[in-house]
Amino acid sequence: MTIDAKNLGYDELNKMIKDSADEKFELSNVLGQRYIAAGLSGKEIKITGTPGNALGAYLNGAKIIVHGNAQDAIGDTMNDGAIIVHGNCGDTTGYAMRSGEIYVQGNAGYRVGIHMKSYKELYPIIVIGGKVGDFLGEYQAGGIIVVLGIGVEGCPVGSFCGTGMHGGEMFIRSEEAPAGLPAQVCCSEATAEEKEQIRRYVDRFVKHFGNNTDELLQSKFWKLVPNSANPYKQLYVSN
Amino acid sequence: MLQREGETRIPAGCAISGFINRDGKRTDGSVIVNSIACMHERSNGLGGGFAGYGIYPEYRDQYAFHVFYDSSEARVRTEAFLDRHFDVVNLSRIPIRKNPRITDEPLIWRYFVNPLPTKLQDSQLDERTFVARCVININDKIDGAYVFSSGKNMGVFKAVGYPEDVGDFYRLEEYSGWAWTVHGRYPTNTPGWWGGAHPFSLLDYTIVHNGEISSYDANRRFIEMFGYKCNLLTDTEVITYIVDYLHRRLEMPLEDVAKVIASPFWSELESGKFSPEETEKIKHFRNVYSSLLITGPFSIILGYTNGIMALNDRLKLRSMVAAEKGSTIYISSEECSIRTMCPDVDRIWSPRGGEPIIAELYENCAERVGK
Repeated sequence: MTIDAKNLGYDELNKMIKDSADEKFELSNVLGQRYIAAGLSGKEIKITGTPGNALGAYLNGAKIIVHGNAQDAIGDTMNDGAIIVHGNCGDTTGYAMRSGEIYVQGNAGYRVGIHMKSYKELYPIIVIGGKVGDFLGEYQAGGIIVVLGIGVEGCPVGSFCGTGMHGGEMFIRSEEAPAGLPAQVCCSEATAEEKEQIRRYVDRFVKHFGNNTDELLQSKFWKLVPNSANPYKQLYVSN
Repeated sequence: MLQREGETRIPAGCAISGFINRDGKRTDGSVIVNSIACMHERSNGLGGGFAGYGIYPEYRDQYAFHVFYDSSEARVRTEAFLDRHFDVVNLSRIPIRKNPRITDEPLIWRYFVNPLPTKLQDSQLDERTFVARCVININDKIDGAYVFSSGKNMGVFKAVGYPEDVGDFYRLEEYSGWAWTVHGRYPTNTPGWWGGAHPFSLLDYTIVHNGEISSYDANRRFIEMFGYKCNLLTDTEVITYIVDYLHRRLEMPLEDVAKVIASPFWSELESGKFSPEETEKIKHFRNVYSSLLITGPFSIILGYTNGIMALNDRLKLRSMVAAEKGSTIYISSEECSIRTMCPDVDRIWSPRGGEPIIAELYENCAERVGK
């Protein structure tokens, strides 16, 4: 189904997608409509334009491909599926994400992966091609965040990276380690073996946007994990 | 009886947008109206407003007062005050178009005025300070009168309603300016009344603000020592006075104003991120103007005669996007809004928290602003 989203309200647009039995959608002239594909399972949605905030919120297995820039809070609390952005995206990308994958070709805003979490086989992944703003992985509790810093001079993450991080991992491709990390975050150069851990996600990034996985992985990566010597786990209750 | 700010609390976002044609080309108000309409969900119909710069070329040398009156008595009293202090060159009701979603409008009047030379001389104040004091006087002392716009060759238009309806109500397509800003309100804490809509203004300074500042009372206590009256009990009003105080009265450059109100953290100062001179300067600001530090989430656009400045709080707790196309700079809460004004921008980026975006008219198009 193809939909010209010009002048359509977000509720009308989302109802058309929800009510249709089609599995593939192409939306054109999208401009600011919020909550596109919220909670959606089993469909594929191609978007041209600028989708509004909370794109793919609570996404439950659907695939979203954006040709353009996305705004704030894409994949908010998403549960499964994939969001692929051929462009940049805004703040709080993957906010409280539970599982599924987000790939962004360009830059992302502040608080990428804030409070993302994982449980057993539910393991969220965010891969950002360019740079990100401050508070990367704030309160991160699980999953993997990869920042590739392609074409970026210096470290591609902003200040206050990993504030409150207590689970999951971050991989940052950069010659210099992120500055000013909090005490509870442990930062070390990723070994060849550790880098293999993210090969399949970098592969997918390369499949979506081009580039070369081997070359990317040959560069220096910093791996950030919460420092288990300084755990939060006994802060409130002793268990 | 309509409730005013502070009388009840309504917890709730907001939207802001703006642009400036640095070459001085004037654009009619419909463009800015469309830019806010596409962010409809960020407002809740309890306030919307616009500021346009360069809209009164035929009266460019007079101060344009836009005034809300609750009653004819308030108008009579205010006009008597105006006659004592100003030469009123022209007065009229501001032309409106009835809109079914804009109701309970006050009396809305416009005056183009020059300060009376004798009064001005007697006051021993510079002209702009004289005008600002008169505006504060009316707003503080005359019950039922509120001057909501008081600059030269610019004007604020605001109301309770969705901003796109407010634009229709004030027939903004009939005004053209080189810069426009707009606000769609989703009142946090307060009921929303006409005076409480954004922009807030004093002289040519206008502020539209998305956020809720937690330093309001500290800021208010400090600024009220310098003759300002925070009558409206809203956080945006105090930001307007802070800018007036720092930029107009202390003649601080806007880059430094941004460093005062969105000062870098002590931890950043200690990290060696800034040069030694810069570190000293920021420390000085933090010490001397600690009460003017604005904390809590905010994204604001300041409008003034020759430019606009956009600024986010240091933690970037509200979204803001900037873009450039030729000589025009665009700022908005959301990219979609910029795309309605200009689908094919040359570049688009997200300013960092605390990083001001300052865009001014090119020197050869700049307006003369008196002291």
